[in-house]
Amino acid sequence: MSFRKIFTQHIHEEKCHSLSFYQKNGGYEQARKSLHDWQPDDLIETVKAANLRGRGGAGFPTGVKWGFVPKNTDKPKYLAVNADESEPGTFKDRLIMEKNPHLLLEGIIICCKAVGIHHAYIYIRGEFVFAANRLQNAIDRAYSEGILGENCLGSDFTLDVTLHRGAGAYICGEETGMLSSLEGDRGQPKLKPPFPAVEGLFGCPTVVNNVETLANLPYILEIGAEAYGKIGPEKSPGPKLFCVSGHVEKPGVFELPMGISLRTLIDEHAGGVWKGRKLKAVIPGGSSAHVLRADECDVDMDIESLAAAGTMLGSAGVIVMDETTCMVDALLNIMRFYHHESCGQCTPCREGTGWLEKIAHRIAIGEGRMEDMDLVTEVCDRMVGKTICALADAAAFPAESIVNKFREDFVAAIENGGSPAWIKRHPASTGGAATHV
Amino acid sequence: MTETLAFSSEAMKKYEWLLTRYPTRQAALLPTLRIAESEFGELGVPQMRYVADLMEIPPALVFGVVTFYTHYRRAGVGTYHLQVCSTLSCALRGAGDVVQRITERLGIGTGETSECGLFTLSKVECLGSCDTAPVIQCNDDYHEGLSLEDVDALIQQLRDEAGKGSA
Repeated sequence: MSFRKIFTQHIHEEKCHSLSFYQKNGGYEQARKSLHDWQPDDLIETVKAANLRGRGGAGFPTGVKWGFVPKNTDKPKYLAVNADESEPGTFKDRLIMEKNPHLLLEGIIICCKAVGIHHAYIYIRGEFVFAANRLQNAIDRAYSEGILGENCLGSDFTLDVTLHRGAGAYICGEETGMLSSLEGDRGQPKLKPPFPAVEGLFGCPTVVNNVETLANLPYILEIGAEAYGKIGPEKSPGPKLFCVSGHVEKPGVFELPMGISLRTLIDEHAGGVWKGRKLKAVIPGGSSAHVLRADECDVDMDIESLAAAGTMLGSAGVIVMDETTCMVDALLNIMRFYHHESCGQCTPCREGTGWLEKIAHRIAIGEGRMEDMDLVTEVCDRMVGKTICALADAAAFPAESIVNKFREDFVAAIENGGSPAWIKRHPASTGGAATHV
Repeated sequence: MTETLAFSSEAMKKYEWLLTRYPTRQAALLPTLRIAESEFGELGVPQMRYVADLMEIPPALVFGVVTFYTHYRRAGVGTYHLQVCSTLSCALRGAGDVVQRITERLGIGTGETSECGLFTLSKVECLGSCDTAPVIQCNDDYHEGLSLEDVDALIQQLRDEAGKGSA
């Protein structure tokens, strides 16, 4: 079967986001069938059989997650759609929401029918104002056409969808942080268990799914679990949106089968490393992933292959760095991010991210010591697995891999009085500078 | 001062609709703060107090929420909030130069507001538009794939828009 694009097929058409365009191309047919013809359990089994894995970062099997929600409960159940898209290097869900918002809504209807949910909240990051407006217009249209609300698409099913804007916090992309934020609180993650499927939003059973994950559902119903399972590798199949940014000729979102090779993605789809330069490093799955050296980039972009390579597919945010990049500066940039975004609840994360930034900073400005490289590893060891959520891990993974895989850059910065960029800006500096970047 | 603040009837209608969308009142806090932001132009202490009174939730909780997030429009921010994405993908494609250019053109550093009150410069974290780096979010709008000339043009355009002419 040849590969068919399901998210981006029509994105160059001017009216691709409109309801009429969507319906003309078969839109809402699968939602209609799921509401009228499908039994909830059969929907869950089909999504399990298709082996759809979550597209937000963790790669958890979607049907299995749905199956954790208690069937007989007096409490309402909720769907919280994760549209926070805050992982650096990731910009795929924005594309779906801006260009194909009804595809997301159709996926939401199918999920809600499967799990017996009557209210879905879409948590969209606050910065995405344009996408939020597009999505709200799509929701309003869907209500006025009887697609949402009471008697969805002529069935006896009721479904409300509420768009909820965040306000700028990376941690709200973490599922329990997002639920705290939806409840009107600071976006601080909560201890698991209880897992959201049992006790989530407002203390009720909650499914948390990513935008791209849900947008797969109409296609799974259309072609069936078996055919879907044959797209890409067996253990993590399906069409996938890959985001490529950084030092490439043509950055962008590319829809390809899961398991495409990283080299092909960079060289053919993203136009190769820019300015005819050589590749130095790649972050394959958002900035929380372990970095790959150029000689480690012969790897396929799927969950198992990247795990075997010691990193992760994550959110499929591929950040490419060319030979001129100083990895000390890259480390400082990434650590500043995590330190800024740590919610501060857990000591290993609040203090650890601060220390990692501080160490990277002093190496970058020529105040580093050779022991600092081992100190980074030591700090990372004290962070991983020791906190409520995975933000500490997300900072430690790039930190330890950058320092250990690019030691030569760190040695040079320590010996030469700072990173090349720092020395260029401060030619007289020989280290020990009092001013800061 | 708090007495002088009040939602317009249209804003109040929006707020009341919001309350119907959530099983708890507090869940409507984030969107209500967005209404307050657009009604009052900024979220300073009086505006936060107003929202706390309106929603009958403790002011400390409202302050805690507003200050946890970076994207609310806080008191003292200029007419145009130039938020330069400084995370890795943008940094690799010249975000640092964009910040420097704005500093040169406007004479303000990061976190500062120009004397005319028109511009505030901030470095922000990933805006989720890495393929069009470097990116500035000015108030609600994204300006993407910026060259240094584009930065100059943007500043000029905003000055013209504000009707104050070029300085």
